[in-house]
Amino acid sequence: MFVDSEQTALADDVPYGLDGAMTTTRSGSETPSKQDLERDLVAVGTSQDREAFRRLFNHFAPRLRSFLIRRRTPDGSLDDLVQDVMAIIWRRAETYDPAKATASTWIFTVARNRRIDLARRSRPEVDIDDPATVPEQEDKAPLPDEQTSHTQMAAHIKSALALLPPDQSEIVMLAYHRDMSHSEIAEEISVPLGTVKSRLRLALGKLRQSMEGLE
Amino acid sequence: MISHHLDQTMLLDYASGGMSHSLSLITATHLALCPACRRDVEALEAVGGAMLDETVGGEVRGNAFEDLMARIEAGAGQVSVPQTAQPTGVEIDHLPRPLRDHIPLHNGKLRWGRQGPIETIFLPCDDPGHRVRLLRIAPGKGAPQHSHRGLELTLVLQGSFHDETGQFGPGDIEVADPDLDHRPIADEGVPCLCLAVTTAPLRLTGPLGRLIDPFLTI
Repeated sequence: MFVDSEQTALADDVPYGLDGAMTTTRSGSETPSKQDLERDLVAVGTSQDREAFRRLFNHFAPRLRSFLIRRRTPDGSLDDLVQDVMAIIWRRAETYDPAKATASTWIFTVARNRRIDLARRSRPEVDIDDPATVPEQEDKAPLPDEQTSHTQMAAHIKSALALLPPDQSEIVMLAYHRDMSHSEIAEEISVPLGTVKSRLRLALGKLRQSMEGLE
Repeated sequence: MISHHLDQTMLLDYASGGMSHSLSLITATHLALCPACRRDVEALEAVGGAMLDETVGGEVRGNAFEDLMARIEAGAGQVSVPQTAQPTGVEIDHLPRPLRDHIPLHNGKLRWGRQGPIETIFLPCDDPGHRVRLLRIAPGKGAPQHSHRGLELTLVLQGSFHDETGQFGPGDIEVADPDLDHRPIADEGVPCLCLAVTTAPLRLTGPLGRLIDPFLTI
């Protein structure tokens, strides 16, 4: 299940060293930009571009694995979960609209939907054609400021996350990385439920403000 | 006009994937009806995307991509026997899509059971102790006075009901917990159609309820 320590994880043009840290690559290709990722995801959707899909895989599969690794996934299925998500991306990329979200957000949402589905014991097999696997695309509300691209918003979110006080960022991390509901977080860190809720509201308020550019 | 929404902490639970399936179902159904909450969830999903982007340290097996393409080419993920499309039935066509797929039909029709004054259809639910129900309540009727051992979420799909905390119409969602003791009653007009999820049994608290409640804890 884990990477063979004798080999690097991925193809030559991927910037990962044995310890998983980002490095510049031997062939000179760099970390894909958000625009690159969006372009590749669109290319997969419109023309089943296998090389674009490979680049997306190289970028997202390790990130998904690391992001999901501390979640409550049934034993042995973490790799399957990552594979399922990538298969859904291959098959349903035509539903992705770069005007609505970054590629990372779309892929995060696909993984989230798959994760909820896995929790249904009666339905473990992935049904790629199930409309519920991909984000709803119809009638999404426009961004608060039409000029702000999703890429810019992602940069705002990143800085806002870094600026959160530790007692707030801890809770946000537990929610996204550990699959915990706010009640479970309260138990985990032995803090009253009301305190968790108020810290979350503060944190989410700051994140929303940053997304709207109102630092 | 929807005036009763889910709070940010519940929307975060949904957006981050930390919510049980039954609660996710009622949340997704509310979202299908509520553009404001949809925008909030999209923002929370954007946070998830940013966090995914910032993640480092993961690795996959060297041949994982080839394995994946082999699986895809072999038709992985396509349900081998096409799911027999249920006749959708005019009765549920108007309901939000996240909910429609979960409602059991009998020859294209809803089959209502009865729990006292309330008509009920149980939806399949895997979460231990949780119950997911479609409720149809005639005007003036409702549940007896009760509190909660867990959460009770009630989303109005048609008609309306009121209780001690206010009035709930189409798209409104009430989140009731052990601190709330209430007696919801359907308002005049069309029967009140709701989706209701409980995470634990209700606790009857009215004069007769206290006598017959098998889980009485006082």
